[in-house]
Amino acid sequence: MSPRASNSLFLHRPGTLQASLRRIRALAQKELYHILRDFRTLAIVILMPIVQLVMFGYALNLEIQRVDLGVLDYARTPLSRQLISWFEGSRLFRVFSMDGSAEEADRLFRLRRLQAVLVIPPRFGEEVERRGFSTVQLLVDASDPNAGTLIRDYSRRVVAGLASEKTGSQPLLDFRPTILFNPDLKSAYFFVPGIIALVLVMISALLTSITVAREREMGTLEALLATPVRPHEIVVGKVLPYAALALVDAVFVLAVGVLLYRVPLRGDPLLLLLLTAIYLATGLNLGLILSTVARTQQVAMIMAMVTTLLPTLLLSGLIFPIASMPGWLQALSYLVPARYYLLIVRGILLKGSAWAHLVQPSLVLLGMSLLLLAVSARRFRTTLEV
Amino acid sequence: MTRASADRWEDGAAIQTVELTRRFGSFVAVERVSLRVRRGEVFGLLGPNGAGKTTLIRMLCGLLSPSAGSAFVAGLDVARAGEAVRRRIGYMSQRFSLYPDLTVEENLTFYGGVYGIRGKPLRTRLEEVLAELALGPFRESLARDLPLGYKQRLALGCAMLHEPPILFLDEPTSGVDPRARRSFWDLIHRKAEAGTTLVVTTHYMEEAEYCHRIAIMDSGKVIALGSPTRLKEEHGCESIQQVFLKLLRGDGGSTWQTPRSPSGESGVLGS
Ligand SMILES: Nc1ncnc2c1ncn2[C@@H]1O[C@H](COP(=O)(O)OP(=O)(O)O)[C@@H](O)[C@H]1O
Ligand SMILES: [Mg+2]
Repeated sequence: MSPRASNSLFLHRPGTLQASLRRIRALAQKELYHILRDFRTLAIVILMPIVQLVMFGYALNLEIQRVDLGVLDYARTPLSRQLISWFEGSRLFRVFSMDGSAEEADRLFRLRRLQAVLVIPPRFGEEVERRGFSTVQLLVDASDPNAGTLIRDYSRRVVAGLASEKTGSQPLLDFRPTILFNPDLKSAYFFVPGIIALVLVMISALLTSITVAREREMGTLEALLATPVRPHEIVVGKVLPYAALALVDAVFVLAVGVLLYRVPLRGDPLLLLLLTAIYLATGLNLGLILSTVARTQQVAMIMAMVTTLLPTLLLSGLIFPIASMPGWLQALSYLVPARYYLLIVRGILLKGSAWAHLVQPSLVLLGMSLLLLAVSARRFRTTLEV
Repeated sequence: MTRASADRWEDGAAIQTVELTRRFGSFVAVERVSLRVRRGEVFGLLGPNGAGKTTLIRMLCGLLSPSAGSAFVAGLDVARAGEAVRRRIGYMSQRFSLYPDLTVEENLTFYGGVYGIRGKPLRTRLEEVLAELALGPFRESLARDLPLGYKQRLALGCAMLHEPPILFLDEPTSGVDPRARRSFWDLIHRKAEAGTTLVVTTHYMEEAEYCHRIAIMDSGKVIALGSPTRLKEEHGCESIQQVFLKLLRGDGGSTWQTPRSPSGESGVLGS
């Protein structure tokens, strides 16, 4: 075996695309072994998103299924009692009637024993008879803005319902807000797509964030970098198997959303899966970048959690409506991939949106993931000195 | 490839460094090292922990960029033709660098794939390497389950699967018993006889005798260079150990016995 004979082993030219694909294949296959041999991690990776979805889902559901509503009825007329019975009749509210004191209402509010207080003024019935309408005051605890919005909207409907009953077919005042796509105000409709967005970006960033850090910890990175493998080949070879895994996760999570929470799937499932893959790529590529920064797996995981969980939870519109954020936060929200994915996933699930409606957010996501991919390949080149 | 580097390759140098220097902040880990390693040579890098051996090898493999100076490996400027250099070398790092959850065969196959070797040539080569390193009985074992001596053999196997003309072995024998070390050196010599150039670092001084030529490093500098026999003659010593001690006394106050970087390894440069 002379050194010269070695050339016979290279049956291809190392610079060609074909050679590059071979190296990527070798890397991806090796990564797949890691995934499949580590049963515990594999189980966690598959089960965690489902558990998270179920937990988040129930937690958020409970919060808005029972709204404790205090009622201060100063009017005490048949009409006011009718209004109260309407609130009692809705499944959302648990009504407590209170006697007279506004201070008592304020105190219970601050103790968080009540989420809303309905104040019916003394001249309520009289005014309706005389002028055809009247004012009732609704105080809403909006420290959870979503619950607040929900309570407000739902109350409007109750009041509007009463008004329309009084005048036959024609409502005097149509308070009814335009609640599209979720007419039952089912919270699951609203939250499940959001939680799907959250869970998917978290798991995909976590998956890749530890891969390079692990090789660095194991000492294999140094050996790998001494081979002709190119940075972008490592990046792609690592992303591919995890992308497959994340996509499996995505299918599970979407299935749980549809089967358990009865979220409708009105659009094309294949389109949803395709666009979900693009969204996953942003998480996977972000994780890779973090992986090149972090020196240990622990640090990498923490960074992945921080960079995905908080922005997605706070800035994507998942919980806080983007429209009600201060301007600079609204500007920041444009950087959060989940902002665009929420449009996609809510659109396809709830509205049955087609590709034509989703071109813009899809292209933004695609651009983001390509940019992140380029950055991680670049970071490999410039920072992976051992 | 520059004309100068081409000339160096033609005249028999596998490796040439010119004033190669690496700093970490203000600390100089490798200081103006100029070396020439001939083709087919077993070249030893000796020195205590922290002397700069690993840093020097990493620069030669293109894993670290030099702060100053230049390095030519297989006739190519490492700074300019890193990838071409990496195709022509094999590197066995001083850290355990196998995938513990892959079998012996899978580790080798992976490195084959990374060097673009597949299919029949790979299968043939795999059998050759398994036979050469006596790893056959372990082919289905996970790397993590191998005895240390065989882990090091496997690491060597991964580094030489693509038959590189130049091999860098960083402390390949550290931590294993003398018999395993002896047989590992037999492997090294068989590679050299087949025409491979080997650069081997060690802190076992008696291993200097297995090398054609050695460079003794301390504090980032090469303080002695030559064949073990010549170095012993020059300094009038019986063993390389004595050469070390003599050089140190002349140097006044360097620290062979107390390594600068804590490594937790005992017997550093002890015989
Ligand atoms: N990445 C690095 N950053 C800072 N200092 C380093 C780095 N790598 C090595 N060193 C320092 O350089 C010196 C030489 O290290 P090394 O080349 O590993 O020595 P050897 O291999 O001879 O034991 C040591 O003091 C070590 O602490
Ligand atoms: Mg070392």
